Amino acid sequence: MSGALRASSARQPEFDVYRIREDFPVLRRQVHGKPLAYLDNAATTQKPQAVIDALSRYYREFNSNVHRGVHLLSEEATQAFEAARETVRRFLNARAAQEIVFTRNATESINLVAYTFGRARVGAGDEVLITGMEHHSNIVPWQILCEERGARLRVVPITDEGELRLDEYERLLGPRTKLAAVTHMSNALGTVNPVRAMIATAHARGVPVLVDGSQAAYHMRVDVQELGCEFYVMTGHKLYGPTGIGVLYGQEAVLERMPPFLGGGDMIAEVTFEKTTYNELPHKFEAGTPHIAGAVGLGVALDYITSVGFDAIAGHEQALLAYATAALARVPGVRIIGTAREKSSILSFVMDGAHPHDIGTIVDREGVAIRTGHHCAQPVMRRYGIPATARASLAMYNTREEIDALASALEKVREVFC
Amino acid sequence: MSDLKDLYQEVILDHNRHPRNYHGLDDATQRADGYNPLCGDRLTIYLKIENGVIRDASFEGSGCAISKASASLLTETVKGKSVQEAEALFHRFHDMVTSPPDSPTDFSDLGKLSVLEGVREFPVRVKCASLAWHTLRSAVAAKDETVSTE
Repeated sequence: MSGALRASSARQPEFDVYRIREDFPVLRRQVHGKPLAYLDNAATTQKPQAVIDALSRYYREFNSNVHRGVHLLSEEATQAFEAARETVRRFLNARAAQEIVFTRNATESINLVAYTFGRARVGAGDEVLITGMEHHSNIVPWQILCEERGARLRVVPITDEGELRLDEYERLLGPRTKLAAVTHMSNALGTVNPVRAMIATAHARGVPVLVDGSQAAYHMRVDVQELGCEFYVMTGHKLYGPTGIGVLYGQEAVLERMPPFLGGGDMIAEVTFEKTTYNELPHKFEAGTPHIAGAVGLGVALDYITSVGFDAIAGHEQALLAYATAALARVPGVRIIGTAREKSSILSFVMDGAHPHDIGTIVDREGVAIRTGHHCAQPVMRRYGIPATARASLAMYNTREEIDALASALEKVREVFC
Repeated sequence: MSDLKDLYQEVILDHNRHPRNYHGLDDATQRADGYNPLCGDRLTIYLKIENGVIRDASFEGSGCAISKASASLLTETVKGKSVQEAEALFHRFHDMVTSPPDSPTDFSDLGKLSVLEGVREFPVRVKCASLAWHTLRSAVAAKDETVSTE
């Protein structure tokens, strides 16, 4: 999949970023009297008009509960909800739609796996392997599990450039390892990990793998069958879709064997006070009324991504990353954190004499939205001996002009602090 | 009005570059740690209190310009003040940084501390300015724990 990331060849001539921008109404906003340069996409992406319309249309035309009523609206809502599941299946190239479970977000997807698969599989003295560049959401659920089970959390270290120590990964995949949970792409460093090879290595030792695709899934094509992982998680709001809707992909045979997560309506086949039998996949893992509008909106968002195409998106974003990296390197005192060979769309940086929080406030006044702080990845910050970074993160609609706006805003920071 | 110059006044930049009383305190009678999880700011405040009077104050830590300058100004201000006076300053300071941006106010009685008045124009930065003050309170109460702005 790294091939799709290279800047050069993949760019399709018809990709027109200014045309794309017209689809995203919020990008027309002014902030503090300046045009908005939205460079906080790793936190959440903006939504195209088609997604906004889909949410509104759902509530205007066929809002109803799913999998229940016999009336027309319920049938339409159920159809739209299940059509969205099929869209997600196609997007990930999963084998079957029942391998797609809707959740609230990637965090819930990971917790679902930890509380069901994890609890059933991990026992005293066992190990769960993660990496040193995980988001807190792919650390804390495993910590809770390990504490509960008397198991041990092992961590693959990273290099100064922000790459995984693959030799250490192989070494740490030991006889006690019951599960590996690795990020496809680091939210703090931009590093893209060679997950396909990592999954193969783990499988050779009988270790199942969960891949956190929160950051990767909106930048590059993901094919879960090609990857071969047992689990892949994503969150809708980073995929140009609504908040509150997430995805857990799980291999059917694995999901079948897992106990349910939350108990309630929709996840049951029959309930008596003596015993409950559970519904079939994927409904076994979808207790209660789901975020129907969110799922419908996510389906439309994925269709939007597909219509633009990952070759075009990755081509544009990689060229912009190279442009932005050069632009930041020209600002005196700026140091980029995370310089992996394979990286995408994220520029974490620190600046001599200026704390990231102050950088964030000053560039905001210039209309430039970036994230500052530890990015929910405190272990990464500790690894580099810094309390925080400033982070600019790109999406398909960002332009060179916005990078220029960031660079000149950083000159303002220098005027204040240097 | 909500100009960056209101926030980053020269006095603040100076205290950020050259924080006063920026060291540990061997004869401290109390200390407390403060932490702002939003931005990762951490600081430790040391106090030497005798007969209810703050004889000496210092701090260490890392943080943004606002939190560092606020801590630096705090240590200068509370030296020689009684514990009760420091507590009154805490409330007065808190009122200043949390008052609505357009409300007519006069905080000149806070002296040098009033350079932080501009913070009220930047609501997300209020915690940066108040971290040191929350930590001071904790140190006075000699609660040996990390206070958090959350």
